[in-house]
Amino acid sequence: MSLAEPLRLLLFLLCVMAFVGFNAAYLVWVERKGAGRIQRRPGPTEVGYAGLLQPMADGIKLLTKQLIVPPGADATLFRLAPVMVLAPAMMSLAVIPFSETLVARNINVGLVMVFAFGSINVMAIMLGGWASRNKYAIISAARIVSQDVAYEIPMLLVVITVLMITGTMNLNDIVRQQAGGFWHWNLFKLAANPLMPVTFVIFYVCMLAETNRAPFDMAEAESELVAGAFTEYAGMGFGVFFMAEYANIVVGCAIATILFLGGWQSPIGLFPGLFWFLLKMYLLCFSVVWVRWTFPRTQFYGLLNLSWKILIPVSLATLMLSAVLIKVVKL
Amino acid sequence: MIAPQAICPEGTRNETFVLNLGPQHPATHGVLRVKLTMDGEYITRAEPVVGYIHRMQEKMAENRTYARFLPNTSRIDYLSAMAYTHAFVAAVERAARIEVPARAEYIRVVTSELNRISSHLVWFGAFLLDLGGFTPLLYAFDDRERILDLLEGISGSRLTYCYYRFGGLCNDIDEDFIKGTHDFVARMRPRLKMYRTLVTDNIILRKRLIGIGPISQEMCRRYGATGPVIRGSGVAYDVRKAEPYSVYPEFNFDVPVFPEGDSMARYLVRMAEMEQSLRIIEQALDKLPGGPVMASNVPRVLKLPAGDYCCAVEAARGRFAVRIISDNKEIPYRVKLRTPSFSNLSLFEEASQGMMLPDALALMGSLDLVIPDIDR
Amino acid sequence: MNRLLKEISQGCYSLITGLRVTIAEFFKPSVTVPYPHQSLKMPARFRGHIELVRDPVTGKAVCFACKLCERSCPSDCITVEGAKLDGDKRKSVTRYVLDFTKCSLCGSCVEVCKSNAIRFGRDYNLASTRKEDFILDLFKRLEVEAK
Repeated sequence: MSLAEPLRLLLFLLCVMAFVGFNAAYLVWVERKGAGRIQRRPGPTEVGYAGLLQPMADGIKLLTKQLIVPPGADATLFRLAPVMVLAPAMMSLAVIPFSETLVARNINVGLVMVFAFGSINVMAIMLGGWASRNKYAIISAARIVSQDVAYEIPMLLVVITVLMITGTMNLNDIVRQQAGGFWHWNLFKLAANPLMPVTFVIFYVCMLAETNRAPFDMAEAESELVAGAFTEYAGMGFGVFFMAEYANIVVGCAIATILFLGGWQSPIGLFPGLFWFLLKMYLLCFSVVWVRWTFPRTQFYGLLNLSWKILIPVSLATLMLSAVLIKVVKL
Repeated sequence: MIAPQAICPEGTRNETFVLNLGPQHPATHGVLRVKLTMDGEYITRAEPVVGYIHRMQEKMAENRTYARFLPNTSRIDYLSAMAYTHAFVAAVERAARIEVPARAEYIRVVTSELNRISSHLVWFGAFLLDLGGFTPLLYAFDDRERILDLLEGISGSRLTYCYYRFGGLCNDIDEDFIKGTHDFVARMRPRLKMYRTLVTDNIILRKRLIGIGPISQEMCRRYGATGPVIRGSGVAYDVRKAEPYSVYPEFNFDVPVFPEGDSMARYLVRMAEMEQSLRIIEQALDKLPGGPVMASNVPRVLKLPAGDYCCAVEAARGRFAVRIISDNKEIPYRVKLRTPSFSNLSLFEEASQGMMLPDALALMGSLDLVIPDIDR
Repeated sequence: MNRLLKEISQGCYSLITGLRVTIAEFFKPSVTVPYPHQSLKMPARFRGHIELVRDPVTGKAVCFACKLCERSCPSDCITVEGAKLDGDKRKSVTRYVLDFTKCSLCGSCVEVCKSNAIRFGRDYNLASTRKEDFILDLFKRLEVEAK
């Protein structure tokens, strides 16, 4: 058993990396197909059956491009930034329980670890933008940082709310507490906190903002005006940022399913396992795609106002409500 | 939420930089260059530089007979081609005293209004694309395809129709067109409702447009802005009602006016105009008389008597006027094209002062500029 | 406070109805035509570049080189030459060149031709890498077609 443990870990980590790579490629396919169908057109169809090999073709295209480092750019940081954006997402996946037994490392502070790594993501994007030595990249990166910092606060407040209800930071335990039918899920634990669905919505909105997805992609889609934070990255450098964006979406959706939707528990109480986790996570990912193609972009100050003036007060209110109810009910 | 204002007092920050919203730009819908002098995020001066697509349309008119200039009229503003051809053809008909048969006039109204709807659909899609909503563009283009198919059935072209002739039309419409247009009108009304649910009522869009880019009535009058720009600022000026031409007096339609003067008002004016165009089309098809579509006594080569002739129409973007000065030859002495986008653009410099850049782009989108229309 | 709550609730409702619209469209069939595999039906009056009309009786071109089309073209793209062949009462066209790089498909030539000797063609797949491919010799095309 003591020899198998490092082997098991290695296998898990390889699987996690493969999972991230697979998701990065095929979430793009889902997004393009989803966008196509919403817009009443087929999406990619030429490469492979139903366009399934399209991400492969895009990957090959990105790999064959020259990796240009702009003159005057900070060479180390420029090259380091994409890696620093992708690595935290991969590491966060190491603590996520895909099913009761399928978890790389069941750390007792798994929840905190995921959010700690999420914060590194913010810094890495800033480094990427700054190291590019491009006026517009710096402005865009600065905007991304202010947006991400603003939205981390309500997200963490909401997570604390859930934490007060579950009483543990171990992700697998949080899921185990939601056993039974779907009425046991944290989303529906109205006895503990009647505003639970509101906290889920706040978490979802914060997740969209943290991953810079529409309707909060003002900093990236600066391409309407100037280029975004990743302009100077060519070929696979950009490809890695891209992969990291989808990896972050996967991590965000995974955390949302674990915290609110019961993780690998089944909605009918029978046959819990990996299938339910993946189903819920991918449904959430699809909804992220759906939201992107429906709404226009918010204005940048609107985005910040939403966070500071609406989401933080509401999440503080739910937190206090939860705390009061716990005290009252316990008493 | 109102847009934030620059809070630094005058004189403390005088570091401005010039940002070139160059001729090649996804947000300016054509080759328009705007030299922005910016103070951080705020625009202190926006100077449009036009002329990148100047094709000398007015000079070409001085070198061609009237009939040979007809294809050019479609290309001045290619999205609203029918109305522009209508203005030129009506000016020549007024000068040469050619009487257009009633059926031709009704068909001209139907096709002009269909063209207005298709132009507004392009504006709608492109404006939302600027604001980040990619999907309504495709829905709008789906509807527009149906209009283009209808017009292709009668004239053969999808964008630059050369359909009107002096004295009428080049060929008559058929039953397919009438039935197709009725189907289109029946289909379009629920689609407009869908746009209202998906886009107009959307809180994100409302936050982006309400209160952004206010243009007062007085500013519109000073710069001569017409069309949805001035109707979005509270002035009910529509050439179809103010200087009626063709058979518009026979139709019952409203001119949508919104008093707020911000981008949302201009947006709502155009959406309401599409609805009114559908009304006009229905009425015109109901009242469509029979008869010839071409006047019988049009000379082969037109020679207008010496003088100054003018005709103004309500194009999709505003008031388009053609002024022909003839000296009794086959070739006009001078043709002046008064285009709406030129006047609408000229107020951009004053209106965008102190705005943040994305808001200024939203303002430019709401002005609905077509650059070849500015440069001619 | 009341207004803010109302605004938030109306806002959320508008977002949900918007999502409902898009998901309804998601399940509707595609409106596009997968172009190289399928193509659209062309309308009868489609304006492709012009082509000469053949007289079914004689098998030759109807055009007799009156040059009205050449004169009426606003872009000066047509060049017509004709000669009187032995035994004929009228001229016949010997050379009819259309410079399609300048043609604006206005239709003046088709309308002005009194004998209906030219009509709009239906050729739309006109991509090429050389400019010479667009200087169309319509008379030669007619001969080639005859064979």
